[in-house]
Amino acid sequence: MPRSETGQIVHDGMWGNNPALVQLLGLCPLLAVTNTVVNALGLGLATTITLIASNSIVSLIRQWVRPEIRIPVFVMIIASVVTIIEMTMNAWFHELYLILGIFIPLIVTNCTIIARAEAYASRNHVGLAFADGLFMGLGFTAVLLVLGAMREAIGFGTLFAQANLMFGEQAHWLTITLVEDYRGFLLAILPPGAFIGLGLLIAVKNVIDKRLEEKRKTVVAVPVVDAPAT
Amino acid sequence: MKFKNTLSSPHITASPSLTRTMLWVVVALVPGSAFYVAFFGTGLLINMALATLTALASEALMLRLRRRAVLPFITDGSALVTALLLALALPPFAPWWLPVLGTLFAIVVAKHLYGGLGYNPFNPAMVGYAMLLIAFPREMTAWLPPTSLGATTPEFLDLLNYSLFSILPADSTYDSISMATPMDTVKTRVGLGETISDIHLSSPGLFSTVSGTGWDRVNLMFLLGGMWLIYKRVVAWQIPFAMLSTLALMATVFWLIDSEQFSSPWFHLFSGAAMLGAFFIASDPVTAATTPRGRLIYGAGIGALTYIIRNWGGYPDGVAFAVLLMNMAVPTIDYYTQPRVFGEERN
Repeated sequence: MPRSETGQIVHDGMWGNNPALVQLLGLCPLLAVTNTVVNALGLGLATTITLIASNSIVSLIRQWVRPEIRIPVFVMIIASVVTIIEMTMNAWFHELYLILGIFIPLIVTNCTIIARAEAYASRNHVGLAFADGLFMGLGFTAVLLVLGAMREAIGFGTLFAQANLMFGEQAHWLTITLVEDYRGFLLAILPPGAFIGLGLLIAVKNVIDKRLEEKRKTVVAVPVVDAPAT
Repeated sequence: MKFKNTLSSPHITASPSLTRTMLWVVVALVPGSAFYVAFFGTGLLINMALATLTALASEALMLRLRRRAVLPFITDGSALVTALLLALALPPFAPWWLPVLGTLFAIVVAKHLYGGLGYNPFNPAMVGYAMLLIAFPREMTAWLPPTSLGATTPEFLDLLNYSLFSILPADSTYDSISMATPMDTVKTRVGLGETISDIHLSSPGLFSTVSGTGWDRVNLMFLLGGMWLIYKRVVAWQIPFAMLSTLALMATVFWLIDSEQFSSPWFHLFSGAAMLGAFFIASDPVTAATTPRGRLIYGAGIGALTYIIRNWGGYPDGVAFAVLLMNMAVPTIDYYTQPRVFGEERN
């Protein structure tokens, strides 16, 4: 079944060409800040907004940028967008901003963003570039969230701890304590836990892909076998 | 050389099976383990039992998941050796989940996720140990004082009670039962500015003339067991030789510079996991270097790293991390030390 252009963008971003699981881009923030769900969500959304903005701007100016200087131009655009987001977060989510710390300005160096600008936004019109930024960002955020949930549940025994940092004081009810008096599993919170977790997620994705592929093959094979009988 | 009762060639040489090799390793561990039990109590046996059960169960589970034959692989003894080595590395006074989690991690992650026996780049027992040490530093550094110290060494039932139900013996606390190892004591207190002779004077019974009470003889027994393995050609002599001589050499140099800051070479050779590591852990045929020259480099690297981590690292012993770091270097070492094939030109 052929997909529409937007359908393809959604599928690529969320699954088939997922920036974290398939392209393995932006691993530095992915591994560094996914120790809780709230951190993961904060950084994921900031990255998504950056991707949307940088993709749209790059696509809008693609007719006027000479290929020789395109990379510096992209970097300037991304840096400006990230600076705006950094200042915004500093103003409205100050505590989350303090926790995420260096990783917000470091969104500039997230390879996903320049890769999408170069590979997609500079070659497509603005609507598609916007959608690509949105779904690549959401795909990245989804992986951050799953990894953050895994690490927080195993490491601290909670989910959505400190949700108030993101959603305000009335969000304390979001915090779920999975195990009372959990003694903590330090490894999951430390960097090795992130590497092991990401490795397992990639493995799970590959297993699902393999199963789907086998299923697709058997579906295709049936009419071929039946054909001579009719 | 005499060849009594030997018929003329050709001869069939019996290649030692994996199961028999693993069995020899287990036998060679017996004297060291027996002395361990004599000095530090029966907690080791509980840890060994828990680790073995977990290892066999998780090995069978992983083999089933990977659709491999369960019986031939589970009886090869490799999971058993991993479990025993990990149990020997754990403190003898530990809750049940410590050996269980460590073994689970060793077998599932370090062994089977990398492709099973023969494919794992890292020593499974040491991966399990490193994981536990990073995740549970408090439980992993609480050792028992040697029984000869006459302190409150818990009995078998007390240990079992603590292991399974976290119930401490009556009128004792966690801190009154456990204490740091001699090596850990030296490291902490030298860090606080004390001299080694002061430390020895102020903790009578903890140190012997060689190293720590109990530790010296446990290490000696592992040395004997290891020599037997070399005699049986189960272990290549290069790895233990290079590791121990590098460790001794570095210890001698620093000890001669300042014997009040740095422990003596015999203290290093007969403390902690030095002998167990040299003969039983570093020599693991899957994860060690395979060329003769490569084995010397690999062993020397482990010895040097062990000394460095023991003195300047953040953890009480350095053998596990040294082995894991050198495991990483094995492909490179093997690549650059391949022996020249006969007829190949020197360059």
